[in-house]
Amino acid sequence: MTNRTDPDATTLVAIYRRMALIKANDERSRKVIMTGRLVMPYYSPRGQEVIPSAVSANLRDSDYICTIYRGTHDMLAKGVPLKDLWAELAGRVTGTCKGKGGPMHITYPKSGVMVTTGIVGSSMPIANGLAWSSQLNGDGRVTVAYFGDGASNIGAFHEALNLASVWKLPVVFVCQNNEWGEHTAYEKATSAPRVADRAASYSMPGIRVDGNNVLETYAAAREAIERARDGAGPTLIEAMTYRFHGHIFGDTDAYMDPGRKQAAMAADPVPRFRAWLIEEGHAAEAELAAMEAAIDAEIDEAIDYALASDFPDVGELSRDVFAAEAA
Amino acid sequence: MGNITILEGINRALADAMEADEAVLILGEDVADPEDGGVLGVTRGLSTRFGDHRVRSTPIAEQAIVGAAIGVSLGGFKPVAEIMLMNFTTVAMDMIVNHAAKLRFMSGGQTNVPIVIRTMTGSGFANGGQHSDYLEAWFAHTAGIKVVAPSNPGDAYGLLRSAIDDPDPVIFIENLPTYFTKGEAPESGHRVPIGKASVVREGSDVTVIAYAKMVQEAAAAVEALASRGISAELIDLRSIAPWDRETVLASVKKTGRAIVVHEAVTPFGAGAEISSVIHENLFHALKAPVQRLGAAFCPVPFSRPLEAAFAPDAAAIEAAVAALLK
Repeated sequence: MTNRTDPDATTLVAIYRRMALIKANDERSRKVIMTGRLVMPYYSPRGQEVIPSAVSANLRDSDYICTIYRGTHDMLAKGVPLKDLWAELAGRVTGTCKGKGGPMHITYPKSGVMVTTGIVGSSMPIANGLAWSSQLNGDGRVTVAYFGDGASNIGAFHEALNLASVWKLPVVFVCQNNEWGEHTAYEKATSAPRVADRAASYSMPGIRVDGNNVLETYAAAREAIERARDGAGPTLIEAMTYRFHGHIFGDTDAYMDPGRKQAAMAADPVPRFRAWLIEEGHAAEAELAAMEAAIDAEIDEAIDYALASDFPDVGELSRDVFAAEAA
Repeated sequence: MGNITILEGINRALADAMEADEAVLILGEDVADPEDGGVLGVTRGLSTRFGDHRVRSTPIAEQAIVGAAIGVSLGGFKPVAEIMLMNFTTVAMDMIVNHAAKLRFMSGGQTNVPIVIRTMTGSGFANGGQHSDYLEAWFAHTAGIKVVAPSNPGDAYGLLRSAIDDPDPVIFIENLPTYFTKGEAPESGHRVPIGKASVVREGSDVTVIAYAKMVQEAAAAVEALASRGISAELIDLRSIAPWDRETVLASVKKTGRAIVVHEAVTPFGAGAEISSVIHENLFHALKAPVQRLGAAFCPVPFSRPLEAAFAPDAAAIEAAVAALLK
């Protein structure tokens, strides 16, 4: 079955590459922390690979994203280089932010990653401003704000969607509904049965998609991004997914129903899409295996590079606080 | 040159900055002309002159306002966001403190947030507990934010132009009760450097350090003290963060006595920081402990006699200085 928005094989394989990279990177991150080679707060995006991979397939390098502490998948999908990312995770001077931001605050403007926030909901008001700059410049750029279902309960979400709609900003709000806001289940915290329904309050389209389905997510993102690029205003996409792990690395996730979690993991979107690509003849097994091996090697190289890099000089404490270094 | 009000000084600074640089934008509640150019008309005429794409009225949504300012500045613009009243900055503290202040540092210098947040406040207008607070210490306590508070039209113009030029976020505090205070009009393009105080009046017995409306109250106090034979030096701090240590320390070294006056409540206020730095640097040169004079430690009250007694005035400053010399 095909329709006008179905991506071609090259695009599909590129989406898979992002997904495989995110999955492998997550597994390595957990291992590196577990073995004590690196100490950092880590919010696993495992299970949510499809969303930014399919969204980014519709974005240009110059398009902006604002993401959140659970955001390494969003960053990797937007093209943040592994070496720079890992060096930042390791707090090294060669990191994206000289080691001064850390995992919750990756910034990489060269790939359009403008803000990563550790504050729930705060990606959205800032995304509006970036979108406003594109509207003023008439440069056709689109801004994507990523956030979780929990963030749809905070004031910033509502203020931002309202303003984006009133100003018709070229922004796409992508809610990754992983059913959990920290340790609290969606239905215990959220009055609306669907986050997408909240778009109606702000007179913008609200679309719910299966965020673990590449074609569905790709199609919705494509339509929303085109709409934004054409000056027709914002869209709210609610992409349904499931967080495979606890809120933060080290949490026992005892609050998550084991049956539901096992079912989600059994339906892991990454191998599922891989099998589909081969089945549909979009890619050969050997091709994907080679790609995965290359990703593993690239991650190895990035980790080695990060851990061999220098830590920042303590002089950095007085740099970048203001434009002029404090005396 | 003639005289203008502080309000006119701010309006002229905005107009001249917008004229000089197309990247300068204004956003905030009611700021465009169809909405009267602000509740007191501070931005009046600007949307008509520069277009409603550059001067945009917003919903009453302070997080959205400051967030949009931050984002548009990351996109290369220089927004001046109006948060109508300083108490309303509390609604946007996450955007100001966690984002505007920190993005330069957390990004390792890859991004910066050249925004100005204009905000008015001040007791004396019967606005009660949620429309009149001086909250400058909260921002001065945050690394990455600059805070300025002019006391006259020329400084209002010059500081606002400098704030707009500045590559970092600046909180620009306007005093509501003194919007219509007149003073000499500045030359177009005039700049007052951020972090530079001005010596309003020279003296030899005591240094009075003040900012915003308290400069006007202190000026009257210093005048009265002169007739009593007390020679007070009055420093208008103008910038609270960073503040001009050099000018203040040089003055106190000369006079040996100092009092810091502000409209914010005294505990943990800017006066505590300034007093502390003076003690640390000039302990042996001091003839008396440095004094602080701020508002009563309570919410700004409504009832007229209570509000009149809440913040320091010329008489209270005069008495405090006289006591310091006893």
